[in-house]
Amino acid sequence: MDYVIEMLNITKEFPGIKANDNITLQLKKGEVHALLGENGAGKSTLMSVLFGLYQPEEGTIKKNGQVVSIKNPNDANALNIGMVHQHFKLVEVFSVLDNIFLGVEPNKLGFLQKREARKKVVELSEKYGLHVDPDAIIEDISVGMQQRVEILKMLYRENEILIFDEPTAVLTPQEIQELMAIMRAFTEEGKSILFITHKLSEIMAVADRCTVLRKGKCIGTVDVKNTTKEELSRMMVGRDVSFSVEKSPVKCGDTVLEVKNVTVASKLHKNNAVRNVSFNVRAGEIVCLAGIEGNGQTEFAYALTGLEPQSEGSFTLCGQDISNATIRERSKLGMSHIPEDRHKHGLVLDYSLAENMVLQRYWQPEFQHNGFIKKDAVRAYSDSLIQQYDVRSGQGSDTIVRSMSGGNQQKAIVAREIDKQPELLVAIQPTRGLDVGAIEYIHKQLVAQRDAGKAVLLISLELDEVMDVSDRILVMYEGEIVGEFESGAVTVDELGLYMAGAKRQKVGEVVE
Amino acid sequence: MKILADVLSATVVFAVPLLLVALGGMFSERSGIINIALEGIMIIGALCSCLVLKALDVSGFGPEHPYLGMSAAIFAAAVSGAVFSLLLAFASINLKADQTIGGTALNTLAPAFAIVLTWAIQGQGQTTILIPTWIRIGSAAADAGFLQRFVFKNLYLTTPLAIIILIASIIVLYKTRFGLRLRACGEHPSAADSVGINVYSMRYAGVVISGILGGIGGLSFTVAAGSGFQSDVAGYGFLALAVMIFGNWKPLNILGAALFFALFKVIGSYAGSIPFLPSFENVKSATYIYQMLPYIVTMIVLIFTSQKSRAPKAEGIPYDKGSR
Repeated sequence: MDYVIEMLNITKEFPGIKANDNITLQLKKGEVHALLGENGAGKSTLMSVLFGLYQPEEGTIKKNGQVVSIKNPNDANALNIGMVHQHFKLVEVFSVLDNIFLGVEPNKLGFLQKREARKKVVELSEKYGLHVDPDAIIEDISVGMQQRVEILKMLYRENEILIFDEPTAVLTPQEIQELMAIMRAFTEEGKSILFITHKLSEIMAVADRCTVLRKGKCIGTVDVKNTTKEELSRMMVGRDVSFSVEKSPVKCGDTVLEVKNVTVASKLHKNNAVRNVSFNVRAGEIVCLAGIEGNGQTEFAYALTGLEPQSEGSFTLCGQDISNATIRERSKLGMSHIPEDRHKHGLVLDYSLAENMVLQRYWQPEFQHNGFIKKDAVRAYSDSLIQQYDVRSGQGSDTIVRSMSGGNQQKAIVAREIDKQPELLVAIQPTRGLDVGAIEYIHKQLVAQRDAGKAVLLISLELDEVMDVSDRILVMYEGEIVGEFESGAVTVDELGLYMAGAKRQKVGEVVE
Repeated sequence: MKILADVLSATVVFAVPLLLVALGGMFSERSGIINIALEGIMIIGALCSCLVLKALDVSGFGPEHPYLGMSAAIFAAAVSGAVFSLLLAFASINLKADQTIGGTALNTLAPAFAIVLTWAIQGQGQTTILIPTWIRIGSAAADAGFLQRFVFKNLYLTTPLAIIILIASIIVLYKTRFGLRLRACGEHPSAADSVGINVYSMRYAGVVISGILGGIGGLSFTVAAGSGFQSDVAGYGFLALAVMIFGNWKPLNILGAALFFALFKVIGSYAGSIPFLPSFENVKSATYIYQMLPYIVTMIVLIFTSQKSRAPKAEGIPYDKGSR
């Protein structure tokens, strides 16, 4: 059998963990080979080894049967290996063209020859239908466009082995379709693709073979046409996983949150980030604000939770106007907040777990006396939350939060916010970066809150999450609500069209 | 008209060090290293070049060949500035030290070093290294016309050199492979690394260029400021940082900013002889009011421009290849 790339018995250690433990991966010429695994399974590490960003402790890499040594990205490039990184490696203030030829600049005596480069880029983008303006500045173009630039970077270097590291995470369903078509076009030309993902449906749709990693170990390689989603997920997680979230029918109560004509200025550009947004959230329902990243959800969440002021409009929580209330007042009135960035707004990373558990409540008589913290009371409270919500850490309440895993950090926030007995739970991307098990747990907690008669506002970029958890879906596009749907009244593809701005409802129209 | 010509002439001569040093700072920061040590680099550059001038004066070579003498001084300033800046580069690139603290340490070191060396060479208590007069190009007669007075009243070799360096900076930064890579390292070093650019050596290059320009800037400040070097450049290194920020890390804007600040500096010194300016006669220390001008203006301008200014994104952050 002809393998274009073989990674044999690769072991890569970071302080404290074996990210890759004796992994073997063989890539055939002209195939799409998926690399599947949960977060932290070692997929990105393995690809970084292949791309020369990390040096493995053990193992060899062969290209076309020859042992090669890849010490840096230049070596990888010389072997025609290219990579689209999960977090794009683009210089935001540079033009598309500058980004594409950075590192392999056509030059005469050091002076750039942009004309040549432009011609080549235009030819390539026409050949593959990757239309993008070479003179546009990266920060002005959409994430989907930025990905095209990354792909063009590989094509410009005439790479034959293309690594895509979670390329679909930031795309709309339509853009994902386009990307898959492009990937197929590449393989027909004889290019070989390594496709990293944790989304099973994409593997079923586009991949020829799939290698599964779990906790740094190689579980096996399977032919995609001989397998099922269920089998792949069992290989990935090590147990059966339920894909659906169990929910009872919705029982709505009174309006808890009323959002009226809210407009929020943008910090990035002159236009408003959120434009005249109005909606209600009632007790006993989960309302989901869906949309592609950067369409105003973050700014809206900042305004709602009091992190930044809105420029116009009002928020009413349980009948009280909180438009200009401080964060503590909002919290006291019954708002809980699971923030988008848990490191920035959720936790003080260098405090202990116990201290983080009382961040919003240390001033209550329960936890302080004349300005002195009652350490024993804080500790007892923290211990009870840790037990109740199964937060795992090295030294219990004394653990410094920075040392905990992302999933357990998030569990700690969820425990703190839910234990406050809120009227309204605002959860912003609560499952970002978590593995399947933790996602399952968080979803259960959200549904439990709803079933207990609380109002839940979920802001999410994950379409699967939006479809599974919510009772009502609002789609946000360029700062406006462009669609409202009852759960089950809309398909993923339909939702994608709204998210991409290709469709929008008239004011007041609700699809039921 | 005479005063106007004098003021403009002095503006140019004071703008030259600001321009050179701010351009130097720009190269360093565009590569991702905050160079707060510019003040110290200027002092070291001025010290070494003034010592060279003194030696050439004593040996008699300088008065005979003033252009060669001044060129030698400029070379000494560039080399000593570059060597001194290597300390910052080593601390902030190899050791990943905090760049602000590293720079501050060098700023503290430089004047002390200069005083020690000056005394060691000239004898205790002689804190000034005198600058010979032959370094001046041409001169303006008392009855000279406007243009002649403007150009030749204060002309040193550093002025045409600064113009050449400005043009070269624009070309290097925007038209060459080196400039493109340098800017990439200051904005997104891991992107640069992923396309095979050596971030460490680009940053070394940026810092060393700032050392070269900072050193020459130190010399050009000293020749502009008076008759000798007193282990001090009067905060011009910091003023150059302000010029760089006001100039938004772009060469032409930096030129404009340098001329702007120099103009205020000169107005400060010439205030007494400019007829329409109020003289504050009933204030005891009236002359100081105008001497404060460039610094007050710096603060006011920075308040208004720092909001809009856009620094290289990765500046100040040590680049660590292994970080995830």
